[in-house]
Amino acid sequence: MANATAGQHPLSLFAIDSILDEEEKAIRNTVRRFCQERVRPHIAGWYESATIPLRDLARELGNMGLLGMHLVGYGCAGATATSYGLACMELEAADSGLRSLVSVQGSLTMFAIWRYGSQEQKAEWLPRLASGAAIGCFGLTEPDFGSDPGGMRTRARRDGDDWVLDGTKMWITNGSVADVAVVWARTDDGIAGFVVPTASPGFSAPEITRKMSLRASVTSELVLDGVRLPGTAVLAEAKGLSAPLSCLNEARFGIVFGALGAAQDCLETTLAYVAGRTIFDKPLAAYQLTQAKLADMTLELGKGMLLALHLGRLKDAGDIRAEQVSLGKLNNAREALSIARECRTLLGANGITLEYPVMRHASNLESVLTYEGTSEVHQLVIGHALTSQPAFR
Amino acid sequence: MNIVVTVKQVPDTWAEKKLDPSDMTTDRATVDNVLNEMDEYGVEEALLLKEAHGGEVTAVTMGPDKAVEAVRKALQMGADKGVHLCDASLHGSDALQTASALAKVIAPLNPDVVIVSSEASDARGGVVGALLAEYLGLPQLTLARKVTADPGGGTVTIERQTDNGYATVLGKLPVVVGVIEKINEPRYPSFKGIMAAKKKPLVTMTAADAGIDPGSAGPSGAYSEVDEAQPRPPKAAGQVVKDEGDGGAKLAAFLADQKLV
Repeated sequence: MANATAGQHPLSLFAIDSILDEEEKAIRNTVRRFCQERVRPHIAGWYESATIPLRDLARELGNMGLLGMHLVGYGCAGATATSYGLACMELEAADSGLRSLVSVQGSLTMFAIWRYGSQEQKAEWLPRLASGAAIGCFGLTEPDFGSDPGGMRTRARRDGDDWVLDGTKMWITNGSVADVAVVWARTDDGIAGFVVPTASPGFSAPEITRKMSLRASVTSELVLDGVRLPGTAVLAEAKGLSAPLSCLNEARFGIVFGALGAAQDCLETTLAYVAGRTIFDKPLAAYQLTQAKLADMTLELGKGMLLALHLGRLKDAGDIRAEQVSLGKLNNAREALSIARECRTLLGANGITLEYPVMRHASNLESVLTYEGTSEVHQLVIGHALTSQPAFR
Repeated sequence: MNIVVTVKQVPDTWAEKKLDPSDMTTDRATVDNVLNEMDEYGVEEALLLKEAHGGEVTAVTMGPDKAVEAVRKALQMGADKGVHLCDASLHGSDALQTASALAKVIAPLNPDVVIVSSEASDARGGVVGALLAEYLGLPQLTLARKVTADPGGGTVTIERQTDNGYATVLGKLPVVVGVIEKINEPRYPSFKGIMAAKKKPLVTMTAADAGIDPGSAGPSGAYSEVDEAQPRPPKAAGQVVKDEGDGGAKLAAFLADQKLV
């Protein structure tokens, strides 16, 4: 990428490329170029108007093989988890909303069907979701149940061979545009998952508007009013709450990398800005306070990147644990937001405009800090691992 | 159809391009190198021909070790095979030597169609394609903005871009086709393509493998040499057009003068 400053790129200080293989770099560079050509010219406008050509983008992402890229079979690319993370990082460098679209499609909807679905469910939905011909969403969170999803009120009851679903889901990315929703509901035998075509009678998905964050992303409520489904709609392999939580663990792995993309974009923007902005009689970059901020932000970005890549290697080796993903999500979402805010101070008043990506990223990262497990929940996950004392309630 | 497409690795479009003062060749060491952007149109056109008529696409390049990345990019986009002509003795070859060397590699492949792009973004000579056709002894259809093949009839028809329109030109196979920018929309490599590329055949050849006479290679055998180079002068001041009720007409006249409309 063109670097407007004479200095080194923050991540090349850490020689990050030296620990990526050719395939990983090729995938990263392809996504970077896609975002450069197809997303960046429009993203500020999409953000301001809170509209996004979601279906067109999904098609293009599907053509590249980005949707469900780390899954195997059914038209999925079968790439490594590390490559998936690097793709998320490039997407989120453009906008967290774009990465959210991909996370929900690939890591939540597709992963749930791929991991817990029947052969028929996989054959019906995965190829279309992988190509972007169909859009998916994932309904776990409810208006009154976020960090405590086990308290959900959405119910599925048996009626002959059928299932009938009633309830409400909240903060559902892609909800209003989705063709299929993976919905989690309480049954007499515990929590179960259902593959719900959104055209089913009784299903509606009003969009949540008036957001100050993730404006280039569709967020919805899902309303299930006596939605009748055949017995085959249940995700047969999903037993209890651990199933949806495993899906979230997949999605938050993408966030470990993704959040750093937003931070990197803020830092690159800021480096170019401070090089060109003269205060008194010299560039803003030549002041010690500026350099202290830049050095600290670069350290956090690079440390986060090393952590993300370490977790990627663990995941590719097949032995990553949930609390390790929590380490990455907690640190990288928190530090990314901190970097975005610090960059904003260096851009001064320009930092609050959509002419620069910094405030947009900062606003998005407020959501990223909260969704897929709040920072507080991840602190408790880590605390639990350290002390063996569950302190969630 | 047996399709060959030539590709070249060049300094990144946005990088400051310099000559190495020691031998007046392109400095490739201090910049990021990428597949020549124009060649992406060539690769895409080759893939479109293959998709329409079957066959296979071989990407061919000549250049130092790292230049293999240009072939790999073509393989990632969907080419089937790659050939990399790599030999220290070829460093500093001029356009004639380059075309001659590429012809030595390409002729044994017996292509039906050789696709070249209009120019590379580093030297911008724009002559290697035409020279290659001469060395191969094949007809050349250049400045193609549209390519239609009829393998059954043994012909290729192109729309040849001219200053004020286009000419329809037909050539008999085998043929060299030169394509212009914007002839198509080059695809992004798919992730499956990126992963499959590693397993595709990629042959590295030395000058001797290709049957290139060592005496004729490199700067000593070059037909042209670079004596000196000057950095490009700074941009001249722009021309200000004052609108006195006829601003539109003046702008149109300027654009017509520059052959932009």
